[in-house]
Amino acid sequence: MKAIERVAAARAIDRPTALDYIGRLFGDSFFELHGDRRFGDDRAIVSGIAELNGMPVTVIGIERGHNTKEKVFRNFGSAHPEGYRKALRLMKQAEKFHRPVLCLVDTSGAYCGIGAEERGEGQAIAENLFEMITLKTPILSILLGEGGSGGALGLAVADEVWMLENAIYSVISPEGCASILWKDSSKTAQAAECLKLTSQDLYKMGVIEKIIREPKHIEDKLVDSLRNIIYNKLHEKKALPVEQLLEERYQRFRRIGAAD
Amino acid sequence: MLPNSLFKKPLNALEGSEWYNKVTSKPFVPNDLWIKCPSCKSMLLSSDLEENLQVCPKCRHHFRLNARQRIAITVDEDSFQEFDKDLLSKNLLDFPDYTKKLKNARLSSGENESVICGTARIGGHACALSVMDSSFMMGSMGSVTGEKITRMFEYATKNRLPIVIFTVSGGARMQEGIFSLMQMAKTSGAAKRHSDAGLLYITVLTDPTTGGVTASFAMEGGIILAEPKALVGFAGPRVIEQTIRQRLPQGFQRSEFLLEKGFVDAIVPRGELKETLARLIALHTKEEGQ
Ligand SMILES: [Zn+2]
Repeated sequence: MKAIERVAAARAIDRPTALDYIGRLFGDSFFELHGDRRFGDDRAIVSGIAELNGMPVTVIGIERGHNTKEKVFRNFGSAHPEGYRKALRLMKQAEKFHRPVLCLVDTSGAYCGIGAEERGEGQAIAENLFEMITLKTPILSILLGEGGSGGALGLAVADEVWMLENAIYSVISPEGCASILWKDSSKTAQAAECLKLTSQDLYKMGVIEKIIREPKHIEDKLVDSLRNIIYNKLHEKKALPVEQLLEERYQRFRRIGAAD
Repeated sequence: MLPNSLFKKPLNALEGSEWYNKVTSKPFVPNDLWIKCPSCKSMLLSSDLEENLQVCPKCRHHFRLNARQRIAITVDEDSFQEFDKDLLSKNLLDFPDYTKKLKNARLSSGENESVICGTARIGGHACALSVMDSSFMMGSMGSVTGEKITRMFEYATKNRLPIVIFTVSGGARMQEGIFSLMQMAKTSGAAKRHSDAGLLYITVLTDPTTGGVTASFAMEGGIILAEPKALVGFAGPRVIEQTIRQRLPQGFQRSEFLLEKGFVDAIVPRGELKETLARLIALHTKEEGQ
């Protein structure tokens, strides 16, 4: 499969979203918590507490919606600063109870708009990166579809980062790259290839720890196995002494792109 | 015709490392004797402009400085010691034309990367210093940019030094793909450890600071200063205009706007920056009653 086909698959309209996974993974145990306590409630971010095989976890997902109505309601999965601040509030809450955090990332990027800038989109993402690196509880981030730049990273400073097989993760969209670098939108496919944004590329480069095979539709079998591997990983990380957990998380990012 | 950029490299190399340590010596003299201020359109004598730290004497417009000029006007004479000067970016993704672009950027800027790091004294106070340079690929964040800044934070943490970072950046470096993005997390981690060690980090935002740099270490300073009218934002103004399909209001994303919205501690004119930095560092090193 070519990179550009992965991009199309990651954005496909019928692709399961964060709420689909939350529903299938946690069922009725998910209790949604709203608001950043500072400005408002960002509906592009769905967050709350749930049970995973009996273990309480904090779940934070970026939801893009399926149809037009949902997409508008969810701002197409592009979060404002208050979304990142809501996420951080819930992470701090999780830290207090030493409750693991699961982030489900699916966004073309943080929102670019007047309100987002006025309320400090850059500052909000920066604060998440700054705080997540020393959050004293395990964090696992899974990229479900699109992992768009800083907007995705704001929920992906984690002990491990996994990707669904057809998810993508990139510093810029292939369209943006083609138009900025080559002033030529017909080169989008080439840009997708050059950016090395597929799960296979990122795994090879050591940027992610796991690729999750995906069937065409969410099947019970997939959900059961996903639930179990998430549980096992969070359980394993939860047992680590906090200093070791944080040192390993720091080194995970420290070594990326290190020069000799 | 030879590209203009060929002449800039020898200029730096010939003048060596001495000139930029002296405030009074010439940082960068454009060939033209007269320069038109882009803001008030006054014709200014380049020597007057230089005397005035590259600030228009008529309208206070702050011209952009490269990193060497910035260091020259900020640190105490002969106090700057550069670290990791020879760290070079590699074409990690085998991205088309990137190797050539890096080479051209080195030639035209006379620098090896988009940030210059080291230790210095400001008003007699020792500190770590990282200064970004917009003349190297628009101050974009490559792996070596992130690596050098991270090493500076780690050095400052280990040696219990305050750190000052001057930011200027167009954002991510596309040619390094995910590695560029990961530098945001890497530098933020190092900044957090420095902060947790009880040490002072001052950011100085200069024109323009955008994208991944804004969304990481630029906004993580314990104290955030900005030069007047610097453009500072996450998304660039053009991207926002394309997204929302309307024109942005006057002054949007400028330092004064950020101050009003609560994201900047103070706007400091260039002529007062050195003294301000020295004063703030002093306040953090002073023992009670001393
Ligand atoms: Zn002027």
